[in-house]
Amino acid sequence: MLFAVVSLTLLGAALGVMLGLASRFFAVEANPVVTELEAMMPGSNCGQCGFPGCAGAAAAIAAGTASPACCPPGGRALAETIAARLGIAVDLAGLRDEGPKVAGIREDICIGCTRCIKVCPTDAILGGPKQIHNVLRDACTGCGSCIERCPTEAMAMQPLPVTLQQWVWPKPAACA
Amino acid sequence: MGFIDRFLRTRKFSRGIHPEDHKRPAADALVRKMPLPERLYVPLLQHVGAPAHAAVAVGDTVQKGQRIAAPQGAISAAIHAPTSGRIVAIGDIVAPHPSGLPVAAITIDSDGRDEWTTLTACADPFALEPAEIGRRVSAAGVVGLGGAAFPSAVKLSGGRDANVDLLIINGGECEPFLSCDDRLMRDRAEEAVDGIAIMLHAAGAREARIGIEDNKPEAIAAMRAAAAGHPKIRVEPVPTRYPMGSEKHLVLALTGLEVPAQGRPADVGVVVHNVATAVAVRDAVRFGRPLVSRLVTVNGACVREPGNVEVLIGTLADEVLEFCGGLRADRGAPARLLMGGPMTGMQVPSLRVPVIKGTGGILVLDADEVGLRTPGPCIRCSTCVRACPVGLLPLEIARRIRAGDLDAAVKFGLKDCIACGCCAYDCPSHIPLVQYFHHAKGELAARDRNKLRNEATKTLAQARAERLERETREKAETAARRKAGPDPQPAPAPRPAGAAAPPAGESA
Amino acid sequence: MSTLPPASPHAHGGASIARTMRHVQLALLPATLFGFWLFGWPAVHLFVITVGACVLTELVCQRLMRVESSLGDGSAVLTGWLLALSLPPWAPAWIGALGGFIAIAIGKQLFGGLGQNLFNPAMVARVALLVSFPVVMTQWVAPLPMTADGAPGFGEGLQITLASPPAPDAIASASLLGHAKTELSRGVDVLHAIGAATDPLFSWVGSRAGSLGETGAIFLLAGGLYLLATGVIRWHIPLAVLAGLAIPAAIGHALDPAHYLPASAHLLSGAAILGAFFISTDYVTSPNTAFGQLVFGFGIGLLTWIIRSWGGYPEGMAFAVLLLNALTPVIDRYCRPRILGRTYRGAPIDAAAQRGVK
Repeated sequence: MLFAVVSLTLLGAALGVMLGLASRFFAVEANPVVTELEAMMPGSNCGQCGFPGCAGAAAAIAAGTASPACCPPGGRALAETIAARLGIAVDLAGLRDEGPKVAGIREDICIGCTRCIKVCPTDAILGGPKQIHNVLRDACTGCGSCIERCPTEAMAMQPLPVTLQQWVWPKPAACA
Repeated sequence: MGFIDRFLRTRKFSRGIHPEDHKRPAADALVRKMPLPERLYVPLLQHVGAPAHAAVAVGDTVQKGQRIAAPQGAISAAIHAPTSGRIVAIGDIVAPHPSGLPVAAITIDSDGRDEWTTLTACADPFALEPAEIGRRVSAAGVVGLGGAAFPSAVKLSGGRDANVDLLIINGGECEPFLSCDDRLMRDRAEEAVDGIAIMLHAAGAREARIGIEDNKPEAIAAMRAAAAGHPKIRVEPVPTRYPMGSEKHLVLALTGLEVPAQGRPADVGVVVHNVATAVAVRDAVRFGRPLVSRLVTVNGACVREPGNVEVLIGTLADEVLEFCGGLRADRGAPARLLMGGPMTGMQVPSLRVPVIKGTGGILVLDADEVGLRTPGPCIRCSTCVRACPVGLLPLEIARRIRAGDLDAAVKFGLKDCIACGCCAYDCPSHIPLVQYFHHAKGELAARDRNKLRNEATKTLAQARAERLERETREKAETAARRKAGPDPQPAPAPRPAGAAAPPAGESA
Repeated sequence: MSTLPPASPHAHGGASIARTMRHVQLALLPATLFGFWLFGWPAVHLFVITVGACVLTELVCQRLMRVESSLGDGSAVLTGWLLALSLPPWAPAWIGALGGFIAIAIGKQLFGGLGQNLFNPAMVARVALLVSFPVVMTQWVAPLPMTADGAPGFGEGLQITLASPPAPDAIASASLLGHAKTELSRGVDVLHAIGAATDPLFSWVGSRAGSLGETGAIFLLAGGLYLLATGVIRWHIPLAVLAGLAIPAAIGHALDPAHYLPASAHLLSGAAILGAFFISTDYVTSPNTAFGQLVFGFGIGLLTWIIRSWGGYPEGMAFAVLLLNALTPVIDRYCRPRILGRTYRGAPIDAAAQRGVK
């Protein structure tokens, strides 16, 4: 009886000490998952997710407080990649996937106020004061920050046209 | 496992399938020349690589063979006017592609005279520098005419750099229904052999072997007769087995060499060109004649007069079909309209699309020939495994793709798939296996593009952050200087909150 | 037709599941008809009931799961057919009905239907019946051809099938393997025990006690060769099964004839031929590659011999098939074909080495 009690107590104490030491010596400063998620994200820090930049969103997603689908520029593809990395299921139903979108400017309404240029996280809008602005399609991430800033509603999101080189065969309908 | 390897290699190419070839009677009919169409639609993207850039404007008059679009980038091809006439439009037309998406094209109204521009001929191509041959081929806009349409000049001059010692000429034409290469070898064997000799000279190879499937005895005989005077050119019949016309398989069948995965034939010292390309190269080098027409097989149960037709690039497929007597009334509605062969060709939304450089066939098939059925479940019969000429497990790859697990599909060898269609041809459950592979490859390419885009975005965002920082700093410093201007003692510049401090030692 | 553009190829070889199943059924027909003649009307009734049970179960399952009926492909009929061939010919009707239900409902539909099952449905049912009702499942009758005197007519046959098993002492007999096992356990050695039963001619035409599918080996062999000739099956599995069975049997018999049956007895009795050509070649539950199929077949043959020689049951084919079915995913994992231009490990092959060799 005594022997059992003593041995179990010793065992417990030894293991406890080991655990304590392990947590001290093997402590990880930053969560590596967060860094990994951040690398997956667009990195334009557009702020549409409501978190402070992509790093903030990555931390929130890793902590489980945000959905992997919270990044509009990343879209469905990013949500799936993140969900696969974290091994969690993600509800993509709410995420409309109409393909990538970019901002476009209606030249007859644009007054050249440069407000959109100032908020664009990737400097994708060209133009100066009192000049018609233009969006560089290749640089636009489709974050939509500029849309609200436009005083004349000259900016709108437009679907990026699919070209021959980018067209993808549809997946065959599941059979039986 | 080395002994199994050797065992497999000595047996050469033993997989693949034997589809019904449907080549005759179209292959035995004489080649007809299409009358000049009134209007031609010449797409700017007819080849692998970057689209060509239009070098003419609407309203210009052009001569036949005049360059109307210049190549862009390292892998691209020039495009020439197929006939003389006036440019009436430069803009989008429906592409000869299953998606039905638009492609930029130059529309030419023929003036009916079909007048050539002045061409620079060359009496003795063998006196030319190999590099000069490459330039002439490139200037003539020659691309591989076997279907892939890879710019030929790139392959020819690349051959010299890669120390190629064998030139293989692909006369396999393993696709059922098609017979344009067969016809070309029967009728223009001398020209083809001359072209091959020029290519040998250009590529710096020791010898040339012409691989022809043994179901084309007439072509073999004609080519043998033509090559009789050339000690370096040999005709070698190969077994009739689909996909013998695939580059890697023809190399395997003729030399026993295996092209490494994700590599090119040049890695094992071989370069492969189509036999029709050889004729185009000859025309380009000897006569300076650019590639403006090609042989097209018009075939299928729904066609009234199947056969081979010489067609100008840019002619609407519809008009070619009309020239061949149109559709047979007794066959009902056609099941498929195809550009290319039935195994790898593409269904087109309508035949109002132009013939391009890579178009080997216009096929109108009925339901019997297509063998349409509703797909059933996979019964794991492994017929596809036996059929796959690459040694893949199509059923396992398709299963992963169906589940959306593209990474697993890649591990099973998705990227080695050549989309030859053997698996789907033999599948008893009629599963559209190739479509799964097309879809997955497209998704993977899209993923790669996305990654590149993301990286570009990151660079842009970073550049902006740096710019903002610099601007704030400059503003602050100007403000400080102005403040300090009347003051003889410079005070430390006040920094606005939030702006990062510049690295120590940096001067404004 | 859907609005999606159909991808290549735009041609098809014409193979279909239904056609494959028809070939297999055609190949089974001679042996089955011979079995009917040999064992009379009760065997016919049992066959009809078993196949009917399979078809009915498939119909009900697919109705319940609200999926499109796939009866047209003939796979349920074939499962019932193979199961019926492995049952004692005069077994009661409920054995056939229950077997058909187990085969389709548990062996196939529970896994998700055709193509999804891990185990051969017919063998799942046979093994389930064998371990649940060992007495009924091992009561063999001596052959009593339809044309012989005293053979039950249509009505009588129906009575035998629908009623409890027939009076044992009149017609009960043991199959060759069962007989050898029993005698061996009593201390009689194999040489004396099987005596005249090993006459090859006798075994080939199968005029002896056993299931429908183990008599008439020659008809089954002919059917198997037909399948090989039509390309429905390939030689790898049948050859490997027969080799896996014959090689250890021949060695065993050579070392100790008193305890081990000769190879010919092993090959011609029990479900050896039926198993090699028709059961282990089931597409769904066998490996994908030629090498994998050799491994799989040899494993079945060897395991069958082991069970027959040392196991508790006289016949081991069904167990061996199920065990190797379970191993199929593992075999598939390790036996992959070499991809063109790659080594077996999947790395691109060395181009420079090839150039050197040339």
